[in-house]
Amino acid sequence: MKSSKNKIGKILIDNNTYIMLLLLLIICAIISPDFFTVQNITNLLRQYSGTIIVCMGMLYVILTGGIDLSVGSILALGSVMVAYALTTKELGMIGAILLPLVCGLICGAVTGFFVAFTNMAPFVASLAMMTIARGVAYVVSNGQPVQTPANTIGRLGVAKLGGVLPWLAILALVVVIIFFCILRYTAFGRIVIAIGSNETSVRLAGIPTKWYKLSVYAISGVCSGLAGIIASSRTAIGTPIIGEGLELDAIAACVIGGASLNGGRGSVLKTVVGVFVLAFISNIMNLLAVPAYPQDIIKGVIIVLSVLLQEFTTRKSETI
Amino acid sequence: MANEYRVEMKNIVKRFGGVLALNDVSLRVKPGEVHALVGENGAGKSTLMKILSGAFQRDEGMIFIDGKEEKISSPREAKELGVATIYQEFMLAPHLTVAENIFIDRLSEKNKFINWKELNRKAEEILRQLGFEEIKAKATVESLSVAYQQVVEICKNLTRNARILVLDEPTAVLTFSEIEKLFLLIEKLKKDGVSIIYISHRLEEIFQICDRITVLKDGTFVKEVGTEEMDKHQLVNLMVGRDMSTLFPPRDAKIGETVLEVKNLNRGKQVQNVSFAVRAGEVLGISGLVGAGRTETMRLIFGADRKESGEIIFMGEKVNFKSPKQAVRKGLGLLPEDRKQQGVLLEQSIRINTTLSSLKKIIRLLGVISEKKDKELTRDVLEQLATKYNSMEDHTSSLSGGNQQKVALAKWLVADCKCIILDEPTRGVDVGAKVEIYKNINDLAEQGVAIVMISSEMTEIIGMCDRTLIMRQGKVVGELNKSELGEEKLIRYSMGVNVHEE
Repeated sequence: MKSSKNKIGKILIDNNTYIMLLLLLIICAIISPDFFTVQNITNLLRQYSGTIIVCMGMLYVILTGGIDLSVGSILALGSVMVAYALTTKELGMIGAILLPLVCGLICGAVTGFFVAFTNMAPFVASLAMMTIARGVAYVVSNGQPVQTPANTIGRLGVAKLGGVLPWLAILALVVVIIFFCILRYTAFGRIVIAIGSNETSVRLAGIPTKWYKLSVYAISGVCSGLAGIIASSRTAIGTPIIGEGLELDAIAACVIGGASLNGGRGSVLKTVVGVFVLAFISNIMNLLAVPAYPQDIIKGVIIVLSVLLQEFTTRKSETI
Repeated sequence: MANEYRVEMKNIVKRFGGVLALNDVSLRVKPGEVHALVGENGAGKSTLMKILSGAFQRDEGMIFIDGKEEKISSPREAKELGVATIYQEFMLAPHLTVAENIFIDRLSEKNKFINWKELNRKAEEILRQLGFEEIKAKATVESLSVAYQQVVEICKNLTRNARILVLDEPTAVLTFSEIEKLFLLIEKLKKDGVSIIYISHRLEEIFQICDRITVLKDGTFVKEVGTEEMDKHQLVNLMVGRDMSTLFPPRDAKIGETVLEVKNLNRGKQVQNVSFAVRAGEVLGISGLVGAGRTETMRLIFGADRKESGEIIFMGEKVNFKSPKQAVRKGLGLLPEDRKQQGVLLEQSIRINTTLSSLKKIIRLLGVISEKKDKELTRDVLEQLATKYNSMEDHTSSLSGGNQQKVALAKWLVADCKCIILDEPTRGVDVGAKVEIYKNINDLAEQGVAIVMISSEMTEIIGMCDRTLIMRQGKVVGELNKSELGEEKLIRYSMGVNVHEE
């Protein structure tokens, strides 16, 4: 009797992120009839596909015990680069896709280099990259939004498979599957988690930890670059002012998904759920016409509550 | 005074869920007595002490302090009754000074400004009374040796009127000479009438300083006995029901070719002109004080730190490991001294730990791990090391210290190392688990692995090693064969009092 009770308790605790999402879905469905419409859901998917991809990179960084504050700025740089490649350089679509990815890779690798090889605190290194990348985005775009030519990147943003499913959502899904598989099934994923758990042990086990640390920042940079492409595909412009505060949403999503900021613990699927938790919260408030500023307050409160819940449940599961 | 005992714990029972952790355990300590509390890990020593210090509540039984029954329902209450526990990890603020640490909870009276002169003077007076005038009140705690940090920790508690001092494995992190200092301090405290409860796995110490011994086994009270009525063998028998002669199992290893040879290794003051060689199937001991440069030497060989000069020949090939990765690839493993910080990943599964150094063996295309192979290797190696575990998916932290150490060792077995350096392989491990680890080491030697074993425990060096180097202040100061090994010789070499050396 007692053990079955414990078992149920454990299942509830282990899956509290999913349960939270489910509750939120039910609440949303009840309080707004507009929530469960094809229009609303596809919009949401389109809107948050970039965030999901950014969160994947962020999760890997957090798993190693680091943090990447530069994701929002790299996203902005990516979006500016799309427009730059299409308008100024006329590199065509291939250039418009490669250039932001390469920029993201370089930015991330530079952050990673300083974190891994100079022992700079991830917070500081990525904070510096956050202002640098945003600065480059301003320089390249001259501080102005740049319109992309018609029938180029903007088509990706609105394209839907079978007229229903946005291609952007499919892209995000593919990225999530790749990140899930790497983390779950490969040596790379295992080492990333192990580093966050105890870097010294891993190094003494004969693993070149520094290169792995550099890689996760580079990967995060590429993810942000890709999210930049998505951002400009949705709006058909490249602009240096988007993605402000994105790093906080991404960190929040990882933490709601049960990731430990000390590293070594985190889940790809639950992080995606974390994104949706954040997405549904702001979506329902929009549908209820809550003004923007109070929205921020409510969102902040909910983040704190869900993190508290995480803390509480992990402590519970440790004592069981 | 009617009450003969300072502390009297009577018929204590403690349950955790359905598990009986303590069953009818009693402990009596007189004022001015050093009382040893012994038993294997899991015997209930820490649980009993946590009840005394208010961290746990007893389910049944009574506690008397100076003859008066006390409830002790919180750590604070215990503190007010004069119970102080010194754990292995000190509760000190490393960046603050000695005086600040000692008086950390009453730096000033009634929110006045701190009178630094007075504070430092008081701290120095206390230190002088205890015979440690060499510790300066203004020194930061982090600049002190571990032994002196321990002294500061003890001072801190004494100034709060601690009359019952619980020392939990106080010597585990100390060197020979530091231990001597601690013992002097204990003698002084004893004279002042402080009751000391001394928990240790090191039997020699118990016979050296303790007056009486309480033996626990599996949560039950075995015996309370005077130290002079017993010898080591009888005590071990009480603790484990096992004879001491089986502590070091016999080894039948063929000593083969030289596997690792080190010539004139140098790095700063910690490693100076160190040379040695170890052969296949041989167990080479490295003895000496903590800080003698033993760990540092091994880290250089392993590539964890860079050497300044010197030559390393591994498997007949001149090598220069720039990182642990290169060393591991060639077949050299290092079991670090600090198991929890460096040896294992506590919050990851056992399986992740065992194959961490040999991921190459279990990956297929694109770095995908073959879970089947992973589990097979893990199961085999854990069986080989006789590791006790429930599921290989459990966190390593769920294992006992001895089994955690086996997991750390398993990593190098899976990696097929030709030579394994063991840095204090049995630190903080109970007697039973020690024997098993010795057996693991013997098995490895019999399989032709060259073993280098750093140890601060002399019995272990004498019982296990074919040959022993003694290091002092970064230099090799002596080498003894198995037949020449003796505790006295080891101490004399390590402390530099050997006549032959000059």
